[in-house]
Amino acid sequence: MSANQQITTPPGDTRVIGDTILEVNSLKKFFPIKKGFLRREVGQVRAVDDVTFRVRSGETLSLVGESGCGKTTTSRCILRAMKPSSGEMLFHQKDGRVIDLAKANRSQLRPVRREMQMIFQDPFSSLNPRMTLLDIIGEPLLVNGIGNRREREDRAAELLKLVGLRPEFLSRFPHAFSGGQRQRVGIARALALNPRLIVADEPVSALDVSVQAQILNLLMRLQNEFGLTYLFVAHDLSVVKHISDRVAVMYVGQLVEFAETDALFHHPKHPYTSSLMAAIPAPDPRKRGIRARLKGEVANPAAPPSGCYFHPRCPHAKDICKQESPIFEEVEPGHFVRCHRARELKLTGVPELDNSGAVSASDS
Amino acid sequence: MSTEEAPLLSVKDLQTHFFTDEGLVRAVDGVTFDIHRGKTLGVVGESGCGKSVTARSLMRIIDRPGKIVGGSIMLRKPRNDGSNQIDEIEIGELTDDGREIRSIRGESIGLVFQEPMTSFSPVHTIGNQIIEAIQLHRPLDDRAARNRATELLTMVGVSRPEERLDELPFQMSGGLRQRAMIAMALACEPDLLIADEPTTALDVTTQSQILELLQDLQEENGMAVMLITHNLGVIAEMADDVVVMYLGQVAEKGTVDEIFYAPKHPYTKALLQSIPNIYQPSRVELPTISGSIPHPYNRPAGCPFHPRCPEFMPGTCDVHVPETLVSPTGQHVRCFLYTEGAVRIDREEATAGKDASQ
Repeated sequence: MSANQQITTPPGDTRVIGDTILEVNSLKKFFPIKKGFLRREVGQVRAVDDVTFRVRSGETLSLVGESGCGKTTTSRCILRAMKPSSGEMLFHQKDGRVIDLAKANRSQLRPVRREMQMIFQDPFSSLNPRMTLLDIIGEPLLVNGIGNRREREDRAAELLKLVGLRPEFLSRFPHAFSGGQRQRVGIARALALNPRLIVADEPVSALDVSVQAQILNLLMRLQNEFGLTYLFVAHDLSVVKHISDRVAVMYVGQLVEFAETDALFHHPKHPYTSSLMAAIPAPDPRKRGIRARLKGEVANPAAPPSGCYFHPRCPHAKDICKQESPIFEEVEPGHFVRCHRARELKLTGVPELDNSGAVSASDS
Repeated sequence: MSTEEAPLLSVKDLQTHFFTDEGLVRAVDGVTFDIHRGKTLGVVGESGCGKSVTARSLMRIIDRPGKIVGGSIMLRKPRNDGSNQIDEIEIGELTDDGREIRSIRGESIGLVFQEPMTSFSPVHTIGNQIIEAIQLHRPLDDRAARNRATELLTMVGVSRPEERLDELPFQMSGGLRQRAMIAMALACEPDLLIADEPTTALDVTTQSQILELLQDLQEENGMAVMLITHNLGVIAEMADDVVVMYLGQVAEKGTVDEIFYAPKHPYTKALLQSIPNIYQPSRVELPTISGSIPHPYNRPAGCPFHPRCPEFMPGTCDVHVPETLVSPTGQHVRCFLYTEGAVRIDREEATAGKDASQ
């Protein structure tokens, strides 16, 4: 794995993985728990608790984890849809300047927002039903005062073509379109301002399986074409494996493992990652029943366990895991793990590729 | 497929239509399958393929303007009096909300809904809701019913069941709620458990816990399970037999091995290819199914899949409705590719085919 430092890009993939575009350092977001008549603060939900990672321009980085692990909160903080409690988020702008998103105020954020856009999960609720596609896709341009009406229309038509829809659709309303088509509209809207970083929060999980593949292909094509950087938030690990260059696994607000996709899936070093891998139901009936199942529930982020947050569910936990919280360290080049026993444990991940093809339908 | 005894439930040519103001929607249009005791039938399909309506038809809980307009649903229910007699009940012919159908719901067939978030009443405790289900079918007093509810929650792996009984649904996590939902469906030990997307709203780790729970329960009491999902991984993990549905019809039916290793229908093949698979290399273009699912009012003539089909044969698939063909091993497929001398047979059927497509 360590020899394979540069990201292997398959044929047809013309991306250049460049310098850092975003550095997230010790990001924290705590929500207060208030009780009683005076709304006194009685505790905190540590939704994001000391998260550090870097995103390189042109790559797809995925955040995965169970619901409530803080992956969506992290992505929202980066977009500054909410203000983080502490930490830095250094964004490298197009012109080379670096801005700390965590501390920037409204007017400082305004020019940066053009460079960061979002694709939403639910294509049904994320498009205003009273706006035509032209209004929807043209809105980012209008808000940012780009072009006159005519130019906006041309740009919107161009964007529709880009995402595989016909420019004639511009005057129609969202209700006339299927889920997959709506998601394409959402993607066109995100692309309107030529962003560099796109945060996609579960962009395919509301879609049918046959449409999901179309949208994944489209996202990858657009990335090749425009050198986009994706921060992908998802819980479907097969999708994550398919689209990501690097993957960060979160558990109760913390990053527990961060590595290149293949290293993470085939050679996980954190017991939690390994149990996530084991839980993926493989679409192959002959690989049945070879899974070790994770017991118990996700820890409560308002009252996390002592030591390593994962120890109550961990099959490899020792005394030290209950007492001391492990640090997030690089155990192999590019492979970060938060586990006391990362170096000694031999964990199983997803078996490496067998060339026979796991699903027999591939021969038709 | 080796089970010699008569299937627990036989559905033949079931048709459930919705008579809406905008037109007729054939949500279920001639579906045939059997469910055997102790086996799991997987039903796969995308949204709008009629899989949930099929499940609801089996329990006769189709809301207006929907109606079962044809076909038969035969339930073979062992008599409770200890004799080895089996009653054959035609669910399709029971009166709406009559005593018989109400005794089947919950008693013979349990249903687990898709969304654990919305399928409980938010203003009653979990315990009250489970106890209500028990007392509907069993002559138990409050205390006995409560004990039974505790027992059920323990069985589905809920910790501290006594306390959980007094909690409201919003106080529980998604996984816990889904377990409570399963506990409620199992309250009267049904012969058949219908699970409609039981794990779709859940995380992978919780999903695998719930699937294991279903397998264990099935092993213990020989219950049949009808598992409805669009997740082919879940099907591969759980099902014995698989029905692949597309626009209200069964496109293909077979054992889980046949469907995954020898799929015949182009739709099944395309579905299997288009899902990202953790065993395949990353970042390659996925084979896709072109287009999207047709609008229900705007059903294509002929084979419903033909506008998206890579093997589309003009003049055949867009004109005639394919018949269901049965292979020697019992695999059913509804596609002209496997009709010998397709064109000749079509001419004979030309008129019939046209009528059906109108």
